[in-house]
Amino acid sequence: MKKTRSFFMVPYLAWIILFVIAPLILILYQSLTNNQGQWTLQNFQTYATSWTYLKMTLNSFWYALLITAVTLLISYPTAYILSKMKRQQLWLLLIILPTWINLLLKTYAFIGLLSRTGTVNQFLAFIGIGPRQLLFSDFSFLLVASYIEIPFMILPIYNAIVQLDPALVNASRDLGATNFQTFTKVVFPLTISGVKAGIQAVFIPSLSLFMITRLIGGNRVITLGTAIEEHFLTTMNWGMGSTIGVVLIVMMFIMMMLTNDRKKKRQEVLPNEEKTN
Amino acid sequence: MKKRRISSIYLIIVFALLYAPIFYLIFYSFNQGGDMNKFTGFTWEHYSALFADQRMIVIVLDTLLLALLSSVIATLVGTFGALGIAARKQKKMKSALLTLNNVLMVSPDVIIGASFLILFTSLGISLGFGSVLISHIAFSIPIVVLLVLPKVDELDPALLNAAQDLGATRWQTFSRVIIPFITPGIFSGFFMAFTYSLDDFAVTFFVTGNGFATLAVEIYSRARQGISLEINALSAVMFVFALILVVGYYFIDQYSRTRRQKRKHHQNETQNEGVMLP
Repeated sequence: MKKTRSFFMVPYLAWIILFVIAPLILILYQSLTNNQGQWTLQNFQTYATSWTYLKMTLNSFWYALLITAVTLLISYPTAYILSKMKRQQLWLLLIILPTWINLLLKTYAFIGLLSRTGTVNQFLAFIGIGPRQLLFSDFSFLLVASYIEIPFMILPIYNAIVQLDPALVNASRDLGATNFQTFTKVVFPLTISGVKAGIQAVFIPSLSLFMITRLIGGNRVITLGTAIEEHFLTTMNWGMGSTIGVVLIVMMFIMMMLTNDRKKKRQEVLPNEEKTN
Repeated sequence: MKKRRISSIYLIIVFALLYAPIFYLIFYSFNQGGDMNKFTGFTWEHYSALFADQRMIVIVLDTLLLALLSSVIATLVGTFGALGIAARKQKKMKSALLTLNNVLMVSPDVIIGASFLILFTSLGISLGFGSVLISHIAFSIPIVVLLVLPKVDELDPALLNAAQDLGATRWQTFSRVIIPFITPGIFSGFFMAFTYSLDDFAVTFFVTGNGFATLAVEIYSRARQGISLEINALSAVMFVFALILVVGYYFIDQYSRTRRQKRKHHQNETQNEGVMLP
């Protein structure tokens, strides 16, 4: 029994070694060597002393934070209301459906919507604010990125809210808590795990978005993702690209450590993970 | 009562915002004028242009083939991986494997793309359909494992013992007992892998090279040149396709749910089950 099992495990273990461990090592190796393959900290030195790189990192971090905050503000009430609706499966399906439309197509829609003569500007002209430059601005980047990330924030929060025992809410009301108190003292603390999972699902991808910065942001916002893509595919400076990649990976680990509950980890990984991409 | 109305309005607004861009695209795919600004008249011409576009059709077929191949292979590898992980007795080993499994789930696409690019170059694999296929298989495996594993964990060891007591060979136990039991998980894993592959842009963009393009990469290069209503027509077609996929997934999910509930029903007499979530 054991032998056959291990035999069938071979492709999976090979996958782990080749596509999980090896890429991580390779990216680290690239960042720590120069063109001649010698070990050096040159790349990290350049990164840490260059104001351009540091500013870009901070900028990217700031926008990811903004995107996460915006999606959280919109998603929490949505998830909460959803959890009180009838026919929840259907509503959930409607939330999931847009995530199955190719990302590029959704972004492309915004090119049309936000263009100088586009629908939004026609509306702005109609109410007298006049056509504005919407496309290729920081605002449009924030808008489109938030739009794309919203479902990934709603789903984990929703999962946490439906797991909340309604008896606790009733108890809190019976004991004389106002709605606001019930929310801040009971509902929110008990669903914080969903919020954390949502932040995890939104923040890291927001750091690494690169196609939206091109098509919508007009390269005004440079995220870590854009910088990596540029270094790998345009300037062919893989060492520096890998260095930024390592920075991104480190940020990811910090983020995960901040948002993972030790206690509940086991139960949470499964139901949430399947929807977070 | 008033509160309920406010929350309904809020929900409607959110849904309207979620769907507005999609319907906007579809709406203008029927526009006679060549842009997305003013609707001048109804036409099917962008659809006929789309279906006459040889390059586009080849790309769509390639993308579908890629999704199908990668999801089938990822499902196979992932299912055996899940069975293997579940069979591990030591907890530490199990959680180490799961952690490694989840690395690609949480890694940003750019990192996956860039590191795979380094991997392929250092192994001397040329960029093209092959490298894209390998990458898609690689990033689809963990989701298959995550969806199959709970099913394997639900498997009652008594069931396996019973099969063996009744004289089933190892292969028979596997094909007649284990596989049918975990089939719903395998199907959802396959579906997820399929959509991951269809949806991916970033990883493909890194490892595709010059000769081969998937739909997402093609849309990107066309969108950079500006608006073409052929893309709108394409998005309408893809919306319908996604709708079919979602409904399909929904039914598979419902099917496995009712089966689970039925089974729970049988067990109810003997043991007290926790509250089932809707």
